[in-house]
Amino acid sequence: MNREDFPMLNQDIVYFDNGATTLKPKCVIDKTVEYYEKYGASSHRGDYDIAYKVDQEYENTRELVREFINARYLEEIIFTAGATEGLNLIANGFFKNLLEPNDEVLITKSEHASNVLPWFSLSKTNGIKIGYIPLDDNHYVTLENVKKAITPNTKVISLAYITNVIGDIRPIKEITKYAHEHNIFVVLDAAQSIGHIKTDVNDLDIDFMSFSAHKMCGPTGVGVLYGKKELLENVEPLLLGGGMNESFDNEKEVYYKELPMRLEAGTPNIAGVIAYGEAIKYLQNIGMNQIAEYEKKLRKYLVDKLITIPHIDIINLESDSGIVSFNITDIFSQDVAYYLNKYNICVRAGSHCAKILKKEVGVTNTIRVSLYFYNTIEEIDMLVELLSDKDKILKEML
Amino acid sequence: MDENLRREIILDHYQNPKNKERIEDTRYIKVNSNNESCIDNIDLYILIEDGILKDIKFQGEACAISTSSTSIMITNLIGKTIEEAKEYIRHFQAMINESDYNAELLKEGIVYSEIYKQSNRKTCALLPYEAIKKVLENYKE
Repeated sequence: MNREDFPMLNQDIVYFDNGATTLKPKCVIDKTVEYYEKYGASSHRGDYDIAYKVDQEYENTRELVREFINARYLEEIIFTAGATEGLNLIANGFFKNLLEPNDEVLITKSEHASNVLPWFSLSKTNGIKIGYIPLDDNHYVTLENVKKAITPNTKVISLAYITNVIGDIRPIKEITKYAHEHNIFVVLDAAQSIGHIKTDVNDLDIDFMSFSAHKMCGPTGVGVLYGKKELLENVEPLLLGGGMNESFDNEKEVYYKELPMRLEAGTPNIAGVIAYGEAIKYLQNIGMNQIAEYEKKLRKYLVDKLITIPHIDIINLESDSGIVSFNITDIFSQDVAYYLNKYNICVRAGSHCAKILKKEVGVTNTIRVSLYFYNTIEEIDMLVELLSDKDKILKEML
Repeated sequence: MDENLRREIILDHYQNPKNKERIEDTRYIKVNSNNESCIDNIDLYILIEDGILKDIKFQGEACAISTSSTSIMITNLIGKTIEEAKEYIRHFQAMINESDYNAELLKEGIVYSEIYKQSNRKTCALLPYEAIKKVLENYKE
């Protein structure tokens, strides 16, 4: 649906790599240009009209984000460069000052590198332990397994809402409730979920959440860190400089600004943030529930077809999102991606930054099709037809 | 070279690679080759004795171009002296980068002579060469 809004689709391409980044609708692109052409001044600095306009637009996006994820306060919305930055900020600006040797952080084997490496780093600096919540036969996280994995030392559970290879939606609300009863913080990596399902931080009651704009029709280089206000107050800024200081005379008298500015040092990606507001309005207009329903339908259609092809092995038969990971018997995933590229079909091959998942599912690399609302049944038919003939793949992949 | 023959040779070395086996023997020098742009991951095991590449084996997961290129490279390098091997590698790299090369010397290696047309696959063909070059350049008796 809404294909006409996406200039990229005017080319003859089939875009199935939405887990990596989504396409941008015209309104988002236009808004970027509008900033540079009409009020391209810096934010939070000037006393002239166009600078005032910049602030209005910039802060307007903050309000749109707040509403989109149902946060209580504007100060709970921190603009970052992306999901990765937010997760690093939380690990290094908050938990690094809090966690002690042998404290434990629980993750899973299907997390993205951004929700693994910052914690690995704390295991070096703080001597924390990394624990893994076991995945069930479908590679899902269940509340039961979370309960089993928690030890008296567990201080943090950090999970993706939707994972980028398996595509399962985790029962975050239930996990958070149980975690909080045991004084455990919950960090949510919402990179893969934010553009695909409705997110309500109040309802989920999570402590921190990080996501990127570019995976929800917004520009690259913009992200959001959400945190409960009382927790964000205690996050140490990792970047010090302009925009985040209140005053300073000498090294003993340095005062930082209040949230959210305290955690947004330097001139931000102004054009990106402003254009991101358009992306949020755009998605809300379509409706997050409608997007989720459509994706589910599309996924079912794709899986039902792939399952009939004997040389295709689907890694995540069951999944609640638009992600399908699979392999073709005896053909390397990257060769299949090259083959599909000859027909202008964009899919991803590899480990998808989930490098510790291989031990769990038994394969290192997969082909991943990640769907979004602008994909169609016709596109899937084309993909399935190209994949159904193994000899053709072998003949044309070189 | 005929297009079908070229494809046949590459596919044959991909589906039935030669010298693909994991080596535990510590006399072999082990080197890993992977590059940032692709997901290929190949380990080479090289046995050098008296200045001669006595044996080479490989292990790993890689695409059709990388796998076949490794299989062909190994077939052509076993038995060569270090200097002869370096010479072979120089000509192979020259071919991939569209410079002058000795086609006779490269034997089956010439199946990649037109890989420059797909620039994103050049690194696949070169992958094992980059790895073995490092070993040969650093090798001391």
